[in-house]
Amino acid sequence: MQLISCPWCGPREEAEYHYGGQAHVAYPHDVGAMSDADWADYLFFRDNPRGPFAERWVHAAGCRRWFNAVRDTGTHEVLAVYRIGEPQPELGTQASR
Amino acid sequence: MTGSTAVPQHPEFLWRNPEPKPSYDVVVVGGGGHGLATAYYLAKNHGITNVAVLEKGWLAGGNMARNTTIIRSNYLWDESSAIYEHSLKLWEGLEEDLGYPILFSQRGVLNLAHSLQDVRDSVRRVNANRLNGVDAEWVDAAGVKEICPIVNISPDVRYPVLGATYQPRGGIAKHDYVAWGFARRADELGIDLIQNCAVTGLDVIGGKVVGVRTTRGDIATGKVALAAAGHSSVLASMVGLRLPIQSHPLQALVSELLEPVHPTVVMSNAVHVYVSQAHKGELVMGAGIDSFNGYGQRGAFHIIERQMSAALELFPIFARAHLLRTWAGVVDTTPDASPIVGLTPIENLYLNCGWGTGGFKATPGVGWCFAHTVAHDKPHPYNAPFALERFTSGALVDEHGAAAVAH
Ligand SMILES: Cc1cc2nc3c(=O)[nH]c(=O)nc-3n(C[C@H](O)[C@H](O)[C@H](O)COP(=O)(O)OP(=O)(O)OC[C@H]3O[C@@H](n4cnc5c(N)ncnc54)[C@H](O)[C@@H]3O)c2cc1C
Ligand SMILES: [Zn+2]
Repeated sequence: MQLISCPWCGPREEAEYHYGGQAHVAYPHDVGAMSDADWADYLFFRDNPRGPFAERWVHAAGCRRWFNAVRDTGTHEVLAVYRIGEPQPELGTQASR
Repeated sequence: MTGSTAVPQHPEFLWRNPEPKPSYDVVVVGGGGHGLATAYYLAKNHGITNVAVLEKGWLAGGNMARNTTIIRSNYLWDESSAIYEHSLKLWEGLEEDLGYPILFSQRGVLNLAHSLQDVRDSVRRVNANRLNGVDAEWVDAAGVKEICPIVNISPDVRYPVLGATYQPRGGIAKHDYVAWGFARRADELGIDLIQNCAVTGLDVIGGKVVGVRTTRGDIATGKVALAAAGHSSVLASMVGLRLPIQSHPLQALVSELLEPVHPTVVMSNAVHVYVSQAHKGELVMGAGIDSFNGYGQRGAFHIIERQMSAALELFPIFARAHLLRTWAGVVDTTPDASPIVGLTPIENLYLNCGWGTGGFKATPGVGWCFAHTVAHDKPHPYNAPFALERFTSGALVDEHGAAAVAH
């Protein structure tokens, strides 16, 4: 089990958290004007890189707050955590193998 | 060569290990079960033999030899039961067709129901299966006990067994033998199986794929068939194609070798475990996916703990069994728990992915249909409903009930 750092509570066991998938996916702006392809993209398509990935977590068994993390999906290493509303930290361009 | 100290001869190799040629008619990316079966049926059904299968590691080193080998066809919707049942029929003749032992054992599959909703969904699925000519029965708790005497059906557990769907023709096979059987026959038919050859780029000219870049040099090709399972998004991104796929770790485990105690296959979506006993005697158990996206081929231990506690409640007799090893694969999950098989917006580039936690059972069926798709530049009727466009048209094939965490 990994330790994940909640930006409010500090490092806790992974089992205290729930995963929320890709971060920074905004609810669409002008829903009336959206095509089927736009809707498909919003509903069903998410990035799935091997390497650094900005994603959402919720500290479900702790403070119950959502936050964002950048995690390397190749190594599973958490590279950064940041609060909702904060910009995604720059991490250079290290990609995992 | 004297006495007992002599080193025995290497057994006969099952395939050549050729150098890649500069060009092929078809390049299949991924040497798992799906890639190997696709190559075999390209040669056998369509006479296309100038084919290479490119595998970044070794043959079947991905999900193919990491899965829990459950085979069944009792999915809910017509589209699914057509392709899975086609596959099951091929399994029934596969050992003979490949001329290779694959230990296919039709010992039956029980899918347990633990709540009233489970019961209703299960009975509905049995009825749908029957209408599609798929063998299926609803059995009550006593019936479950009769088929598999070691299941705990007492009502005083957290998730009591209320009954199950039963598919007698379902079962298991030996996954690595299946891969080797396909590989050996594909090789005999002239197909080049090339290991340690990672595809690093796809060359597209005028909207048409014309070649692949690999760690063993560039290869020109008429067609490219992607069969990279958990890595499909990474390959598709090489041509800017986005897929509705998320790659997750999926773990499994085995016990030490035990006397035969478990005569069938038992699966439970509600408690996230599925169990069979391999021919050698080890108990084989699969878990649900780890929640996060991951390509690391490993997952978290709490998933294994939960899976084992679920297994113990169902099978108290396992209490003294020891865990021998655990491992994980990388599974390509889709929003509707159905695969994506067909054409792409790029000419001569074909896609087979999204089988997620349940594509082993599909190996011969998808190989057959994907080979047809590649050979004719047109989907086979069985994979036509599984096109990428369904996420835009809305014609999803929702198999969460039948696929769920398991297969
Ligand atoms: C733990 C576990 C349990 C499972 N249990 C079952 C089950 O009981 N029943 C069932 O039906 N299904 C099950 N599955 C699912 C099943 O294993 C998969 O759906 C199926 O194996 C996928 O097809 P494949 O065999 O071709 O995949 P893989 O064997 O993963 O083949 C894909 C190949 O592509 C290669 N590749 C990737 N990128 C590149 C590249 N750039 N260049 C070259 N090669 C590349 C990989 O190395 C890999 O060998 C399970 C999976 C797991 C992980
Ligand atoms: Zn917290």
